[in-house]
Amino acid sequence: MTEVKNLSRRDLFKSVMGLSGGLLLGVYLPGFSRLRKSAPSEKSSVFAPNAFMHVGSNDSVTLVLGKTELGQGVHTSLPMLIAEELEVDLDKIRLEVAPVAPPYFHPFFGMQMTGGSTSVMTSWEPLRRAGAVARTILLTAAAETWRIDPSSCHAKHGVVTGQSPQQRITYGQLVEKASHMTTPKDVKLKEPRDFTLIGRPTRRLDNREKVDGRAQFGIDVRPPGMFTAVIARSAIFGGKVKSCNADKAKAVAGVKAVVEIGNGVAVVADGFWPAVQARKLLEVTWEDGSLAQFDTSAQQTQFAELATRPGLVAKEEGMVAAGFGSAAKKVEAAYELPYLAHATMEPLNCVADVRSDECEIWVGTQFQTLDRNAAASAAGLAPERVTLHTMPAGGGFGRRGVPDGHFVREAVQVSKAVRAPVKVIWTREDDIQGGYYRPAYYHALQAGLDSAGSPSAWSHRIVGQSVLSDSPFESRYVKNGIDVDSVGGAVELPYEIPNLFVDVHTTRDGPRVWAWRSVGSSHNAFVVESFVDELAHAAGKDPYEYRHSLLAKQPRYRAVLELAAERAGWSRKRADGHGLGIAIHRFSSIVAQVAEVSAGVNGEFRVHRVVCAVDCGTVINPESVRAQMEGGIVFGLSAALYGEITLKNGRVQQSNFHDYPLLRIDRMPAVEVHMVPGTAPPSGIGEAGVPPIAPAVTNAIFAASGKRIRRLPIRGSGSGSLNDISPISA
Amino acid sequence: MATSFTLNGKPQTVDVSPDMPLLWVLRDTLNMTGTKFGCGMALCGACTVHINGEPTRSCITPISSVSGKKVTTIEGLAADENHLHPVQVAWMEEDVPQCGYCQSGQIMSAVALLSKKPAPTDADIDDAMSGNICRCGTYQRIRKAIHRAAAMQSGKARSAA
Repeated sequence: MTEVKNLSRRDLFKSVMGLSGGLLLGVYLPGFSRLRKSAPSEKSSVFAPNAFMHVGSNDSVTLVLGKTELGQGVHTSLPMLIAEELEVDLDKIRLEVAPVAPPYFHPFFGMQMTGGSTSVMTSWEPLRRAGAVARTILLTAAAETWRIDPSSCHAKHGVVTGQSPQQRITYGQLVEKASHMTTPKDVKLKEPRDFTLIGRPTRRLDNREKVDGRAQFGIDVRPPGMFTAVIARSAIFGGKVKSCNADKAKAVAGVKAVVEIGNGVAVVADGFWPAVQARKLLEVTWEDGSLAQFDTSAQQTQFAELATRPGLVAKEEGMVAAGFGSAAKKVEAAYELPYLAHATMEPLNCVADVRSDECEIWVGTQFQTLDRNAAASAAGLAPERVTLHTMPAGGGFGRRGVPDGHFVREAVQVSKAVRAPVKVIWTREDDIQGGYYRPAYYHALQAGLDSAGSPSAWSHRIVGQSVLSDSPFESRYVKNGIDVDSVGGAVELPYEIPNLFVDVHTTRDGPRVWAWRSVGSSHNAFVVESFVDELAHAAGKDPYEYRHSLLAKQPRYRAVLELAAERAGWSRKRADGHGLGIAIHRFSSIVAQVAEVSAGVNGEFRVHRVVCAVDCGTVINPESVRAQMEGGIVFGLSAALYGEITLKNGRVQQSNFHDYPLLRIDRMPAVEVHMVPGTAPPSGIGEAGVPPIAPAVTNAIFAASGKRIRRLPIRGSGSGSLNDISPISA
Repeated sequence: MATSFTLNGKPQTVDVSPDMPLLWVLRDTLNMTGTKFGCGMALCGACTVHINGEPTRSCITPISSVSGKKVTTIEGLAADENHLHPVQVAWMEEDVPQCGYCQSGQIMSAVALLSKKPAPTDADIDDAMSGNICRCGTYQRIRKAIHRAAAMQSGKARSAA
């Protein structure tokens, strides 16, 4: 029975995806690897030396990718790593998405996931090695065929050549022989000078289907007999259904069922439109729960009050009291940041098909293992009875990798209840009001400056919710009540500051919070880089020179800072009303940004240009580094200019892009990206572009106008004369 | 209720509720998923299609209003498998997409702009494209790709003349 069903699914995807004959690049075929195994005739003609690739006797080369493509470009950069060593051309390979299986698990976290800007970093060695192993076997197979020494054979473009023009054989022709050879224990990786792909600007391999409408995201999946569901959830976090009258909803044409699931009421219909119309007609009485009075403006007051009292000590270095005691000058400032939503362009969704003894899931996820386990528990099945198909996602930023797998669990609950495949779609309102936010924070800082203006002591108090508590990462990252993420980017300052103190208050009340692109650095970089700027001005120093002198022992940081300043023309005089701001931060990779801003007398301002310098070690794909820096800057600008989730009486006050605005093209600054050449192993680039932009912009506003912004978003900044500051399109 | 219109050059009739938005007719009734759902309120542009050549947010366009009109979606832009629209080509050459989810809508808005203004200025691009949100932040490449497509099309026009 199962096999028949699978075949029909395969046929469905063939037609939906336009897969035919030899079209191969970047076509994603969920479930395909399982089907291959069910076709015995193919077995003898495929060489699969490891979990990351297989070569067919028809010369096809398939790479199997365990990382989710979220837009960050891993389905281009990871193939480059394999192809470099395997010696195949990128335009001849096909890509396949991996099932949930141990070879694809994250080496740090022991589960399948895509996050933390770690994909390239953790694949750099293993994927090149996997390619080299396969190439070595193929070379040896060719050498044995010709009875010559393998060292006189060469592999290039999927072909092995020997000593004479006649000695030429394709990988496909070697499949049979290679399949029976033993795997070499040790292989030699290429020297960087011999790289032909790594470091070469390479366009994305998935561009074609992303410009012609064929790209299939999770929201586009449609197994036969599928229904669509939307779910009514409590407007107050933690609320529960008390009672529900669904009579009117059920009367809507196209509605198939209304089912109560754990935390809400699902309307199941033959399409999205009837489901969403019917949801409006549900009469649900909610039990509000403990957050019914929760209010973000009251929270700000509470945070400020907490910040007057000592917290748990996260870092104490040197003699902080003495450092303050000997200071010639003392500087203080407090900064506030709001809750932020991820707002991925593709709203959350999941397709689940629960059958009596198995379950199939299609989802754009960053957490395959946890989502599969959540599906299994919701379906009442063993995890191995769940097949999870990872779909390319329309953005992730942390929202698609959640510890409780809630959006997968819900879909499974609905499918199980109606005994049919179901796609649960979140509306934009569901998404903006759905929680898992970047937490709101309050930061209080003090520094002492010596007679030369250098910091003799630095104290930083952080108040906010913990992201990683109650998650699988808690045991590793929450130590003695302190979430490493809360202080990420605050305790490991690159600057030479002899006496350093950081403490933290972890608060409990509030909506569910979670990782948001660049996590702890998304707030701490703003605070640290703003405060360093304030210290520079208090010391009467140029903000670039001030940082530069404090980075004397950090050559990599210095090189990045210098490159950004040089390319931005830091010392060049700007027109009146224009100002430059600089910031530097390390999130995996070191990034410095210089923003040029003009500010008018009424508080209006515009970001004209951003010059970005990055040291990410060895650059795999310069195109990808540029794209991620550009994207990170836009992501961070949206937050700095507009991003704010507020709650009143427990209810989120924003709902869609009119009141949770994102940067649009008419406010896009000119962005330049420059890379510091490096030979260190690659570090991550997916998040590193985000942290410096907010402080670079607010520091530039200060340079242009003398107004110091200590509260984000800038638009809503309530301090002093900044009430009416707002972006303009002039 | 049956509604007839022209979809990507071919006659199409659907029998759905007259208030159902064109977006969901395309996606759920006709299984044409290239047009995307982003906000449902004409705020993000992910659902942009052309109706009689005009860029239109299909998420708030009732199917009844489309009766007798010509609808073009992302699937209908390319002449055939081997001949993409110049805007699509420019998009690939400038390596525009990241997650790609908004790009169908971006491309439809860009094609409509170029049909009215074959050589758009940056201000024209801001006007025509600011209804389309890209969360990945590909705006700078979108701008370049539109200029590139404009140059490609004017070159083609010259060689044809």
